[in-house]
Amino acid sequence: MEAIILQILNGLDKGSAYALIALGLTLIFGTLGVVNFAHGALFMIGAFCAVTLSRLISLSHEVAVEGKVDFLGNPATESVPYIYDWFGRATGDAIIDWAVPLSILFAIPVMMLIGVIMERGLIKHFYNRPHADQILVTFGLAIVLQEIIKYYYGANPIPTPAPDAFRGSFDFGAAMGFDPNTIIYPYWRLVYFAFAAVIIGAVFAFLQFTTFGMVVRAGMADRETVGLLGINIDRRFTIMFGLAAAVAGLAGVMYTPINSPNYHMGMDFLVLSFVVVVVGGMGSLPGAVLAGFLLGILESFASMGAVLEVLPGLNQIIIYLVAIIILLTRPRGLMGRKGVMED
Amino acid sequence: MLGLNKKDFRLLMIVLGLTMLAPFILNPFPSSSGLAQFNAGYPDLMQRFVIFGIFAIGFNILFGLTGYLSFGHAAFLGVGSYGAMWMMKLFSLNVIPAIIMGVIVAGIFAVAVGYVSLRRSGIYFSILTLAFAQMSYALAYSVLTPITGGETGLQIKSTDSPLLSNLAEGEIGRANLFGMDMRASYEMAVGDWLFTFNAGYYIAAVFMLISFYLAIRIFRSPFGTMLRAVKSNQTRMYYTGLNARPYTLAAFVISGMYAGLAGGLLVAMDTQVGPERMFWTASGEVVLMTILGGAGTLIGPVLGAGAIKYMENILSKINKDILHQWFAFLPDGLEDFIITLVYPFIGKGWHLTLGLIFMAVVIFLPGGLVEGGQRIKRLFSRKKKPGDDEADKASQSTPAE
Amino acid sequence: MTKSNFTRRGLLKTSAIAGAGVALPTIFTAQSAHAFTNEPTGSSVTLGFNVPQSGPYADEGADELRAYELAVEHLNGGGDGGMMNTFSSKALQGNGILGKEVKYVTGDTQTKSDAARASAKSMIEKDGAIMITGGSSSGVAVAVQALCQEAGVIFMAGLTHSNDTTGKDRKANGFRHFFNSYMSGAALAPVLAANYGTDRKAYHLTADYNWGYTTEEAVKASTEAMGWETVAAVKTPLTQTDFSSYIAPVLQSGADTLVLNHYGGNMVNSLTNAVQFGLRDKQVNGKDFQIIVPLYSRLMAKGAGANVKGIFGSTNWHWSLTDEGSQAFVKSFGTKYGFPPSQAAHTTYVQALLYADAVERAGSFAPCAVAEALEDFEFDGMGNGKTLYRGADHQCFKDVLVVKGKENPDSEFDLLEVVEVTPVDQVMYSPDHPQMGGAEATLGTCNNGA
Repeated sequence: MEAIILQILNGLDKGSAYALIALGLTLIFGTLGVVNFAHGALFMIGAFCAVTLSRLISLSHEVAVEGKVDFLGNPATESVPYIYDWFGRATGDAIIDWAVPLSILFAIPVMMLIGVIMERGLIKHFYNRPHADQILVTFGLAIVLQEIIKYYYGANPIPTPAPDAFRGSFDFGAAMGFDPNTIIYPYWRLVYFAFAAVIIGAVFAFLQFTTFGMVVRAGMADRETVGLLGINIDRRFTIMFGLAAAVAGLAGVMYTPINSPNYHMGMDFLVLSFVVVVVGGMGSLPGAVLAGFLLGILESFASMGAVLEVLPGLNQIIIYLVAIIILLTRPRGLMGRKGVMED
Repeated sequence: MLGLNKKDFRLLMIVLGLTMLAPFILNPFPSSSGLAQFNAGYPDLMQRFVIFGIFAIGFNILFGLTGYLSFGHAAFLGVGSYGAMWMMKLFSLNVIPAIIMGVIVAGIFAVAVGYVSLRRSGIYFSILTLAFAQMSYALAYSVLTPITGGETGLQIKSTDSPLLSNLAEGEIGRANLFGMDMRASYEMAVGDWLFTFNAGYYIAAVFMLISFYLAIRIFRSPFGTMLRAVKSNQTRMYYTGLNARPYTLAAFVISGMYAGLAGGLLVAMDTQVGPERMFWTASGEVVLMTILGGAGTLIGPVLGAGAIKYMENILSKINKDILHQWFAFLPDGLEDFIITLVYPFIGKGWHLTLGLIFMAVVIFLPGGLVEGGQRIKRLFSRKKKPGDDEADKASQSTPAE
Repeated sequence: MTKSNFTRRGLLKTSAIAGAGVALPTIFTAQSAHAFTNEPTGSSVTLGFNVPQSGPYADEGADELRAYELAVEHLNGGGDGGMMNTFSSKALQGNGILGKEVKYVTGDTQTKSDAARASAKSMIEKDGAIMITGGSSSGVAVAVQALCQEAGVIFMAGLTHSNDTTGKDRKANGFRHFFNSYMSGAALAPVLAANYGTDRKAYHLTADYNWGYTTEEAVKASTEAMGWETVAAVKTPLTQTDFSSYIAPVLQSGADTLVLNHYGGNMVNSLTNAVQFGLRDKQVNGKDFQIIVPLYSRLMAKGAGANVKGIFGSTNWHWSLTDEGSQAFVKSFGTKYGFPPSQAAHTTYVQALLYADAVERAGSFAPCAVAEALEDFEFDGMGNGKTLYRGADHQCFKDVLVVKGKENPDSEFDLLEVVEVTPVDQVMYSPDHPQMGGAEATLGTCNNGA
């Protein structure tokens, strides 16, 4: 029982990461009809926004330390962040400690800007080009973006811990009357889950309840007619692209304490997020979210030791296996619309 | 001739000439010059050019004609390789049975995957093929280790003794064609040039020519026309009473067998197979090769395969030392400056160049490298009658959408 | 038809016929011109440095390359000579190898066996490399080793820790200086027993591929031998990035120790996740919960950040060692690049020097002669104490370091502290040990190529 509750919890958490990335991807699919292979790269750049900000605020100057030597025997220096000089040590430490949450504020404008530049500078010219061309150009862009990151940050993962306040884990077991320590879950992952829920909710509300969202939804359904009605749909689509980039970026920022970011994390997520979007059904936002959670939960169950004893290797293929089964039983994924990306 | 029209026959002859003379064409720079770094005329890379050419030609039969974008084609290359490898380990070190085995295994696998995946179209089809390929990769890497060798893959070992061979105790078998070692080479030194004519390369090249010829025949056959019909409007086909499924399945299996042939040849030329051959990036690579060269054109995929493999093998080997040699003639400050500019794009940064080229080609040459060639040709043949242009275009069958 | 399997193209660079142009085709008869593959005939000799330059291990590859460049500099008489001064064999003169200037070519393995072989083949076929070295995974090491065996050149393995490289996949032309899974297990077990007691319940998470299997087997065998119980061993996919669903059930299993048989990105992520779950703050069976990482590297420790603090593991070498050889190496590497070398840099530097020294002692570049000079060669002064290159399986036997994540690092490089130097006798095994492929494993015969 405890094991199952735990894996559901796990699945929800994993699923929220998948859903968040897939949401941005499907927004671009649905609104612009563009297969964006650079979406994983946007997630990665979001993560590196957090890395960059935490480096910026811990920017430091070297101070010689008396009586100490470095590994070569030269006089050692110690780096003192400028922030110590400005705010004092205690406040400085607190700011550095909270670098990741602070990065959210930093990442939103940066990612919006990147998204808008990408759309205006590149993607715009590919709306009427075949999907294959879109794949090639966005894949090329993804490689370029990740190589730039690799050039400046190296290939090794960079630790970006969560604030101290979120260290450790919450004991659900004790709270729910099971034995203590049987169901524990890290605070930061709970934060991530809540954050994902808020973002997903916000995107839905935005599309559902604002005029802007209504126009975009109309544009998704029939772009030409909306254009004929004299509405500047292009500008709105540009904003949507910026929004999708920001969602991917925020997913990346919040993910950094869970796994240390590295330059190829975007590619690692790319295939998975495509599978999620397609299983959810092309052009369907709820489908993407649902598929994200479904695959997250199933993946968690498949990684249980008891399951693997019966079916070794199931954890290796579960996502793909489920994808095949769903696509064969439901032709357009869970909630896909007819005719979207079917030819 | 050979059942081809004049234009196609000319194309085949050009490809024949290029492949046969490749050792010369790919080695334009004298060995002692700094530019020798750009020579690609050594056996391994020449073999890779033609083998990945076959892979891309096969992929193009599916994608270029029917428009079905398979994102899991590397799986067929992989199982073809494993099939060929086991044939060599167990049956004979002769490459012919191994290659045939590779084609058969890949064909059977393609029937199974194609039968299931072709029930869906568009991106749903792509994801289904991707899912099959990723499962093959993941299982080959882990639980199938006893069959696939897992991470370390399969090589021919001194303990292997194939049925039809008489190896000495402890001797490591070598891939051969009726006794001729795949690595046997004839070398010709002309002045400062050294040209290598490698047996394995020519065998692979013959396979490539046959594959290319068959591809032309398929493109020009009624079957090919039917496949194009699938691409342009499948619904209309249904209404005219035609079922597209058998045609697309046939195209899928043929293209899977091409991949299996490429996989078998890879093993024949270099007796090694590992699971990462089936990873999704490998599937993506063949998609990129085809689009980069020009999907739907006959020669495009081969050019695309050559371009990507060239960059992977040549660019990645240029290091800072070599740059210093090249730019040694410049004054020191300028030398360092130029090297700082160039360095991010070569050696460990070769991926960056690759990405930029993908973007540049698709932005400026929507029809791929083939279109670039056509544009150059047009530039030089302005004086020709205007009608020629149209004829050229027609011969190059329409680029895929 | 002349058969020459791999050719010394570089020959032309040196003995090029001047006055290029219309000279008639000349046919090289390999058998008469070369006694072995890529025999160097000019005034220089080319080595092939095949390291990951793209992909997840690119930083490790970059460090290997730095070490190789340093080794070439020292071999050619430049710099301060590094470990050449402390090396017990004095055959190297600083005038290249056998008087020939050392040149090198580099390539990118991408940590894929196909790409690694393609790169190595181009070095052999195009650049005339006489020896291939490098790599940062066992898959690549085994694949390239097999290639070098076929081609008739020497392979000096880089960072490869799987038993298979010198176990069931050992080859006569291949040599490994790095330690292996068995040694990690054997070195760790006593230290673990001393620190955590002999009645622990261990839960293994194992990367689902060859290296993971051999490491799990080795650690299991050696910890069980001293009384630990293995509660469960769960395989995790190589491509996994989030290990939460594997780590969450650990506490429920009643285990009090978690062994992470992961390397590289897998290890960074699984350790980070495990610490996140607060496992290390828990008490199970009345004992503090502990995490163990059998194979450590400084780059991984850097990636995992503060999470490594206090966690035991093993490593081949660490820059804080105070013996003469290590210090000489750290000094010359640090002076040149500004930071201390990693264990990958150390093992590749040593491999390059060992190869050069073997050539000098053999008086020939012929792979079989070099192999003979390396086999059962005993040396010292290379940072790991007295070392034996065992002839039976071409594996180096030397002291193994048990390390622990440092609680209060002095600098960004000072992440691990050496807890114990396990003497070589403790990690010795017989060449036909079951974990090493048993009696079936054989080196085969050495191959000179050509």
